[in-house]
Amino acid sequence: MYEIRLHSRGGQGGVTAAKLMALAAFRDGKYATAAPFYGAERRGAPIVSFIRIDDQQIKIYSQIHQPDLVVVLDSSIINLVNVFDGLKPDGKVLINASEIPKAASGYKSYCVDLTGIALKTDLIVAGSPILNTPVIGALAKLGLFSKESARAAIAEMFADERNLKAAMMAYEELVV
Amino acid sequence: MKNIRVLTLMPTVPDTEYIHKCTSACAGCSSDLILRHVLKAAGPDTVLVVPACCTSVLQGVYPNTSFGIPVYNVAFASAAAVASGMAAAFEELGKNTNVIAYAGDGGTVDIGIQALSGALERGTNFLYICYDNEAYGNTGMQRSGSTPLGARTTTTPGGKPHQKKDLDRIIAAHHLPYMATSCSAYPQDIVRKVEKALSIKGPKFLHILAPCPPGWRYDTAKTIEVGKLAVRSGMWAMYEREYDTLTLSGQTKAAMMKPAPLEEYLKIQGRFSGLKPDTIAEIRQSMERNLRLLKKEAEGTC
Amino acid sequence: MLTISTGNNAVAAAVREAGTGVVAAYPITPQTEIVEQIANFVTKGSMKASYIPVESEHSAMAACIGASITGIRTFTATSSHGLLYMNEMVNWAAAARLPIVMANVNRALGPGWNVWAEHTDSLQARDTGWLQVYVATVQEAYDATLMAFRIAEDRRVYLPVMVNLDGFTLSHITQQLEDVKIGDFIPPLVLDHKIDPAHPGGYGCMTSSVDYVRIRSDIERSMRDSVEVIRETEAEFAKRFGRSYSWTDDYRCEDAEVLILSMGTLGKEAEVAIDILRSEGVKAGSMRVRWIRPFPNLDLGDRELVVIDRNYSFGFGGILAGSIRAKTGKTCYNVIAGLGGQEVTYHDIASFVRNRKIGTEEWFGVKI
Repeated sequence: MYEIRLHSRGGQGGVTAAKLMALAAFRDGKYATAAPFYGAERRGAPIVSFIRIDDQQIKIYSQIHQPDLVVVLDSSIINLVNVFDGLKPDGKVLINASEIPKAASGYKSYCVDLTGIALKTDLIVAGSPILNTPVIGALAKLGLFSKESARAAIAEMFADERNLKAAMMAYEELVV
Repeated sequence: MKNIRVLTLMPTVPDTEYIHKCTSACAGCSSDLILRHVLKAAGPDTVLVVPACCTSVLQGVYPNTSFGIPVYNVAFASAAAVASGMAAAFEELGKNTNVIAYAGDGGTVDIGIQALSGALERGTNFLYICYDNEAYGNTGMQRSGSTPLGARTTTTPGGKPHQKKDLDRIIAAHHLPYMATSCSAYPQDIVRKVEKALSIKGPKFLHILAPCPPGWRYDTAKTIEVGKLAVRSGMWAMYEREYDTLTLSGQTKAAMMKPAPLEEYLKIQGRFSGLKPDTIAEIRQSMERNLRLLKKEAEGTC
Repeated sequence: MLTISTGNNAVAAAVREAGTGVVAAYPITPQTEIVEQIANFVTKGSMKASYIPVESEHSAMAACIGASITGIRTFTATSSHGLLYMNEMVNWAAAARLPIVMANVNRALGPGWNVWAEHTDSLQARDTGWLQVYVATVQEAYDATLMAFRIAEDRRVYLPVMVNLDGFTLSHITQQLEDVKIGDFIPPLVLDHKIDPAHPGGYGCMTSSVDYVRIRSDIERSMRDSVEVIRETEAEFAKRFGRSYSWTDDYRCEDAEVLILSMGTLGKEAEVAIDILRSEGVKAGSMRVRWIRPFPNLDLGDRELVVIDRNYSFGFGGILAGSIRAKTGKTCYNVIAGLGGQEVTYHDIASFVRNRKIGTEEWFGVKI
């Protein structure tokens, strides 16, 4: 089983990103679950979602304490929450940033400027850049699921082609 | 001459009876009289929704019923909500059955007002009738929000210290296509208003004063007289409001020009016995204020 | 079609597929998504139904009652305080013999405000005459909702059915879902006692004790008859759609010497604990209890029992453990765990089994 913990802020699309990840993995023929952890959050508060991918049916509903991958949609959260908590020794970190923050330098970290991609592709809703579809492209590049499944998942949930464009841009920009 | 006058009026009231002569209502019950005429006006394709109130009792005991239309008895606070579900279902099923919620003042102004407000706001296609005997009659005359100032009930043994809740202006705030008030002493008026209400789609509301011999403590033979005195004195105003246009009924126009003495209405009822002069003055003041507001509204000057 | 869905959206999809005619509901966390999705279906025209946005849960159930008695298929959804607020009408719906289906998204009760999973809300309604089933996956939430309509509307039952799913843990999780084309699996609703002006009668009027007892005993007779209807319905569902359900969801129980009994998602997580225990040489099995009303005949043999209750009856104990004790005469190790969304992992569940003290009760995470 591959376990991912996704950190974002309320309103950034973290919950949808988690669903998209599950859908893409599912289109790869895997079993997948995406469980947002809801507190009494309002817009802007740090929130976390748990995604599991496996070849067998997933029966676990509890939180992920030892993730294989940590995804951070908002790098400012790193100052508030220990996003690396419990990360497996060979675990990876994907951060929405143009360069890897110092705090993440001790881990197998990757970065891609998802916010910049959203702005470049005009993927903005109600004044906020949309990060949930670009991150799917980056995760495909990391090998979480195939590029085709990433495309399929995005197309299934969003009609607006800017989403797909942004995801593919993130796929190209992420250096692995 | 008197008989001829009656004959010219009565043909407007349908002959068919839907309430049979075996109800378990108290002698002189005006609610029974109201419902008899409501159903005459509504006709057979009607379902009555009844929350806890005197009408839950006066139908009779299972498996018998004294009513000739289906009656759906429901919990106290739920009449308007049950009716809104029923109205939606009939509409979905393509049926034009009248849905009439028939509730007392307790079930309307107090415990049922939330459900009623919701159903009105949602534009439910139904008629809600509040028959108002100004107290919890079914449980033995405790005060309700509709009990008038000064009236003695079992929970206001010294007379109610608060004014009657102004239900009609609460209802009016929902801007219904049709709402009206009436009184059991004027059955033709009830029939006409129910017929009119049921000809309109959407939420309709009727508020009907229902004098209650055991609760108001008067001679059972005087139910009509008490009702007429309520209207003639101006204590109960009869009118119709279509959206925001108010039309006063003839009886109330007459009462505004030449009212019967308020004291006559009060002294005929045991519940008002021992009223202090300043309480009577307060009752008169609020009555006059109500009539003044209605008159202004009818004249379109408010 | 095979896709992914949240638990809430699966319930909404099943309600649409069932051909529901009237939905009256009031939003409450974590059920709201069901109401929103149905409102969305009706607005977009993919569901031909009347959606009544009532002003309270009391009115939600009242409106369902008013609709259902006309003979139309009716649904509502609620949770926690909403269920408690509608409790009067919940009782009314059952005694009025109305086949209403309700999804209850299990949530803790205040104070303090807590929006997470717990079963005390629906278990407080266990004596109302509603049938109650508890589900553990998104697929099961969908399937159980479809089956609920067929079971409720069966002439032998004519009682409402409550489908219970854990708040957030199941209502908001995304899992795979295979939806179905229902076909004639749910026959058209024929309500013998539907209200009809052509056949006037009094419903629910004053009733003598003699008749009242007869009418109440008839509810219990139908509850007993529902056992066969549930069996038939689940068998027919398996035949048509290939997914089998029963009174309990059993995992490695055949040769088990110790059984974990639980409800909802904890019962699925328990299966992971069973695999761990088995690898340690402990012959353990999991029995997830699905139906609470009617309460199943459990064949527990002489195995040791560890009962996890995500609920509590103050001054009594865990409700599942108490029910098992009452019905089978067997004592157990009763663990009160998961209240108010308390996290319970498969590691925790495995340790409950390892540390079991039969005949005692323990609260996970606290000492009392």
